[in-house]
Amino acid sequence: MRSRVEGRRDVVVVGGGPAGMAAAARAAEMGLDVLLVDEGRRLGGILPQCIHPGFGVHYLGEELTGPEFAQRLASRVEDAGVDLLLDAHVPEVRWISHAEKGVRVLSPGFSGEVRTGAVIYAAGARERHRFEIGILGDRVAGVYTAGEAQTMMDVYGILPGRRVLVVGSGDVGMIVARRFALEGAEVVGVVEIMPYPGGLTRNVVQCLEDFDIPLLLSHRVVAVRGRGRGRVERAVLVRVDEGLRDVPGTETEVECDTVVVSAGLVPRMEVLRELGALIDQATGGPMVNDRLETTVPGVFAAGNALVINDLVDHAAEQGEQAAEGAAEFLRRGGIPATDWVKLRPGEGVKLTVPQLLSGERDVWVYLRVARPVRNARLSLRGAGKEVRLPVVRPAEMVRVKLMAGEVRRAKVGGREVVAEVYGG
Amino acid sequence: MKDRREVRRLTCIVCPLGCEIEVLLDRGPGGDVRVLEVEGAACPRGREWAAREVTDPKRVVITVVPVRGGDPPTVSVKTDRPIPKSRIPEFMRALAGLEVEAPVRVGQVLASGVLDLANVVATRESRSMGRSLGERP
Repeated sequence: MRSRVEGRRDVVVVGGGPAGMAAAARAAEMGLDVLLVDEGRRLGGILPQCIHPGFGVHYLGEELTGPEFAQRLASRVEDAGVDLLLDAHVPEVRWISHAEKGVRVLSPGFSGEVRTGAVIYAAGARERHRFEIGILGDRVAGVYTAGEAQTMMDVYGILPGRRVLVVGSGDVGMIVARRFALEGAEVVGVVEIMPYPGGLTRNVVQCLEDFDIPLLLSHRVVAVRGRGRGRVERAVLVRVDEGLRDVPGTETEVECDTVVVSAGLVPRMEVLRELGALIDQATGGPMVNDRLETTVPGVFAAGNALVINDLVDHAAEQGEQAAEGAAEFLRRGGIPATDWVKLRPGEGVKLTVPQLLSGERDVWVYLRVARPVRNARLSLRGAGKEVRLPVVRPAEMVRVKLMAGEVRRAKVGGREVVAEVYGG
Repeated sequence: MKDRREVRRLTCIVCPLGCEIEVLLDRGPGGDVRVLEVEGAACPRGREWAAREVTDPKRVVITVVPVRGGDPPTVSVKTDRPIPKSRIPEFMRALAGLEVEAPVRVGQVLASGVLDLANVVATRESRSMGRSLGERP
């Protein structure tokens, strides 16, 4: 593939995962001059290591594995004529003017600054590690994040251990547990601090029950033990109460040689924070308007760098939205300042995206609930909208379309829309 | 006649709803299973899934296969059709010795008719690294 780097661009996309690829392809298809920069040696982000099926049902209308989904988007990127710069790190995006940004790039082939009209930041997320969830004890080999273990197994073909304990029952945790069991490792258990599984029911059935892997709810791992500079030998578990506090006297030890930590993701925000973008404490990502533009004009965000998604389909969709936002920004010389309506989480809701609504356009609202609710009533108070859902769970992002007219209703009221979820 | 009826409880995986389904089944003398009743499913797809799940559960199997001289050194693969759940361990053992040569394209069949159950198809590409270090021209 060509890779012209020099010269000013209409759009620079940072990150070549699903959101970045969809953004770059869409922007180029609209006739813009696009450079896509990625840290890896190939496009795809985390998709190539997610070899299980279940990707693309909404976005592509068929069920694919992660690598296949990545391949589809990568060919679209190529067909659209996007210029690629791989093996390249972006340490900084510099504000030059309202209409001009500088993207600093470090790579073996090119290091310097690329000038651009708009930036789409889709650099994804990082994994939380053992110390962030309070797993103390010895510093021994054999403790991996789920992504590291998945890369070892499914990219390099190396089984990380023989007796594996998985910490965290989100979808990723359950999927890696199944992979190791299928490859002949003994998965001694999946430990979950909450009283319910973190991931989808279908994964509890297909990953854990299919392979007789025990799920230990309301427990947490407090330490790993091993000798000297050796390998993990044991993990120390404790039961927790309803307040997630350790119950004294419930410590048990489990023999294992590997501990895999699947404790969620954190959006990578260093570059946007340095640039001065406001960060939403609830999502950990930037605050954005309904074009997915951050509070820095001309800088957009999508995918897990915007909000942690559970479906790749949503990440790719956000990439396309950000590309459309960037195109509008370039066409109109900026997203016009407007009388924004604030969208925020209320009762039973953990987070909402986007945070600012114009009322000039229909908008997809993404939200995550705080706890599972059956026969849920989702209210978007201020917009006068109510939706009934048979079930909502923290593991599954809820996506609702809010009409421009509904948003405008809030302009005569409190100037905000509050997302709330109630049972029954 | 001896009572051969039993109730199986399942969590439906057809959609995110996750209905708790009860299947009343009758076990024949030859081990064959007949579904008598399905309760608790909110939709016909769930009823169908539950009946199949107790009579003949199947899964698509996914794993990786080493690629000699490939970058990356493996390709991910899937079976081109679901295979009986009970035969997954046997199927994995049959694949354990499989190794292929780079390059590998997405969609390439790497093993056909494994145990007469399914073909194994690459879902990721692996390019040729060229000669590896230490190898003579």
